[in-house]
Amino acid sequence: MAAPLLIRREDETSVVSKTVSKSRAGKFRDGWVDGFLWFIRIAAILVVGFGIFRSVVMTLNGEGTSIDAWENLIVSGVAQGAMYGMLALGYSMVYGVLGFINFAHGEVFMGGAMVSFFVAQALFDNGVWESNFALSLFIILIVAVLTSTLIAVIVERVAYRPLRDAPRIIPLITSIGISFFLQYTFAGLFGEGVKTYPTPPDYLRNKVNVLGFLPIEGTKILVMVVALISMIGLYFYVQKTRAGRAMRAVAEDKEIAALMGINVDRTIVSTFAVGGAMAGVAGILWALLFRSISFITGFLPGIKAFTAAVLGGIGNLAGAMVGGIVLGLFENVGTIVVLGGLGIPGAGTLKDVISFSALVLVLVFRPRGLFGERLSHEDRP
Amino acid sequence: MTDTVSTTPVLEFRNVNTHYGPVQILNGVNITIAEGEMVCLLGGNASGKTTTLKTILGMVTPTSGEVLLDGEVISGMSTTHIVERGVSMVPENRRLFARMTVLENLEIGAYLRSDDLTEDLERIFELFPRVKERLAQKAGTLSGGEQQMVAVGRAMMSRPKVLLMDEPSMGLAPVLVAQNFDIIERINKAGTTVFMVEQNANMALSIADRGYVLQTGEIVLADTAENLLANPQMRAAYLGHTE
Ligand SMILES: Nc1ncnc2c1ncn2[C@@H]1O[C@H](COP(=O)(O)OP(=O)(O)O)[C@@H](O)[C@H]1O
Ligand SMILES: [Mg+2]
Repeated sequence: MAAPLLIRREDETSVVSKTVSKSRAGKFRDGWVDGFLWFIRIAAILVVGFGIFRSVVMTLNGEGTSIDAWENLIVSGVAQGAMYGMLALGYSMVYGVLGFINFAHGEVFMGGAMVSFFVAQALFDNGVWESNFALSLFIILIVAVLTSTLIAVIVERVAYRPLRDAPRIIPLITSIGISFFLQYTFAGLFGEGVKTYPTPPDYLRNKVNVLGFLPIEGTKILVMVVALISMIGLYFYVQKTRAGRAMRAVAEDKEIAALMGINVDRTIVSTFAVGGAMAGVAGILWALLFRSISFITGFLPGIKAFTAAVLGGIGNLAGAMVGGIVLGLFENVGTIVVLGGLGIPGAGTLKDVISFSALVLVLVFRPRGLFGERLSHEDRP
Repeated sequence: MTDTVSTTPVLEFRNVNTHYGPVQILNGVNITIAEGEMVCLLGGNASGKTTTLKTILGMVTPTSGEVLLDGEVISGMSTTHIVERGVSMVPENRRLFARMTVLENLEIGAYLRSDDLTEDLERIFELFPRVKERLAQKAGTLSGGEQQMVAVGRAMMSRPKVLLMDEPSMGLAPVLVAQNFDIIERINKAGTTVFMVEQNANMALSIADRGYVLQTGEIVLADTAENLLANPQMRAAYLGHTE
């Protein structure tokens, strides 16, 4: 249970922890840690259970959260979670193929959304945004996807490829550096101010009765549909195409993949490209949901998407999507239900506390994430 | 060996030296393999056998000397190009893609081909009827013997001219080893040149045409399989130990 959480088993760290646990002092420490983890588990079950119980009782009594509000929270949770999921895919894919966390991925997402903003602004100024929103959306989607893909591919080429044979802590730290580099490059190029996307047309802001009984805001339907289509596309790409098969082969065993005639470098580039494209889509989903964007926008969603990827079991693509949605629900519903049920005031402002507590809790219960299965069993230097 | 064309060896090492960093692994290795031959490379642990195969595939580049395929220098080319030219390998410990299905493993063996695979698959099912029953199973869940079958099948899917095998008997029960060597013999009889690395010298020499013995990166013996089996030096150093 004291296995390293975010790092794969054959990692240097785990080797260290294994040797440590062999010594007597290590055994003592492991026992202590295990006991502490059990304490956290039981406490977590009690607190969360009580919170949920109270808020369900309150709703049934017609006090606390109304049924309508519940519906709203769930829908927002799923929509936001779908966006996290799209972003989480990139973390998971790069981890699967190269075995490190690309912390610059949030900035890849921000870059796409930022460049698209200027296109959206131009479309708005020309009246196209109003007269033909579908076309405008299509254009900004393409621009975001291209921008994010380009950034991801350049970062791989310039920053990560030279470090291919270095211990994985090195590209990981590099990715943090790249993350800041990109943030301040965008701040320098486009200013530090917050930019706001033009409002979507009325018909998207109104609620539509899905299936006749579930009223959902148009933008959120759009977000979910776009995420669903992208996810299906990605699934098809990874499972059914030649390139996707090459990607899975490279993730499992680079040397043998090369032996099959697969060009490993090119496959890694396409992994970054696909992850970047998904981040570009996520950027537009962000724009639809929140509309505002600044050079710092990539940071928190990035960390949260990373959380989602870990929640789902890093390296597992379906897990990344599910992890995203679980996190979205946690953030929106969990906040109100658990904190509200416990009677904590101002629950809404504690969103981020909830999402990261969720990460800690899931890892305490299931260190490998919800679908924890390693994508790769290859030994890395 | 009647016509003049076949005098060009299909695979040749010319005075090959390789290093891992500053450490020299192969030392002036010369090997010649004619088309259709089955040749084995014998040697103890860490003598450089795997490195020899990796050098053929371009996974290790010689520091000096050349590797030739059909008379053409291939050392320095990328693995992809060398595989494209008709070399494939059954790696040490098989190393299937554990999370892919058996069928996907076979199909990925034909990654560089774009033509129809039905015939090749049929041929593999004929050699290994067991494989056909397991097509939808994840390769990681197969037994060692079954994994070996899939690994050989995967290597055959690229229709190689030269098949490299790295310790095919490693980790297999004796019955399976015998079966496995039967299959290798059949593949060779059907026209594929086989270059096999083995520690099980008796077994390897019983089916091979010729053998080389590698000792700390140097070829110390090269002869026909019969002569090697009868060689007293060989008997003392390798044949006694392997039984
Ligand atoms: N990637 C590598 N880096 C450094 N040394 C290596 C590497 N691979 C193998 N070696 C060393 O090269 C020598 C020969 O290895 P190898 O060819 O695998 O031997 P064999 O297959 O005969 O057991 C060994 O001493 C081994 O430790
Ligand atoms: Mg070896």
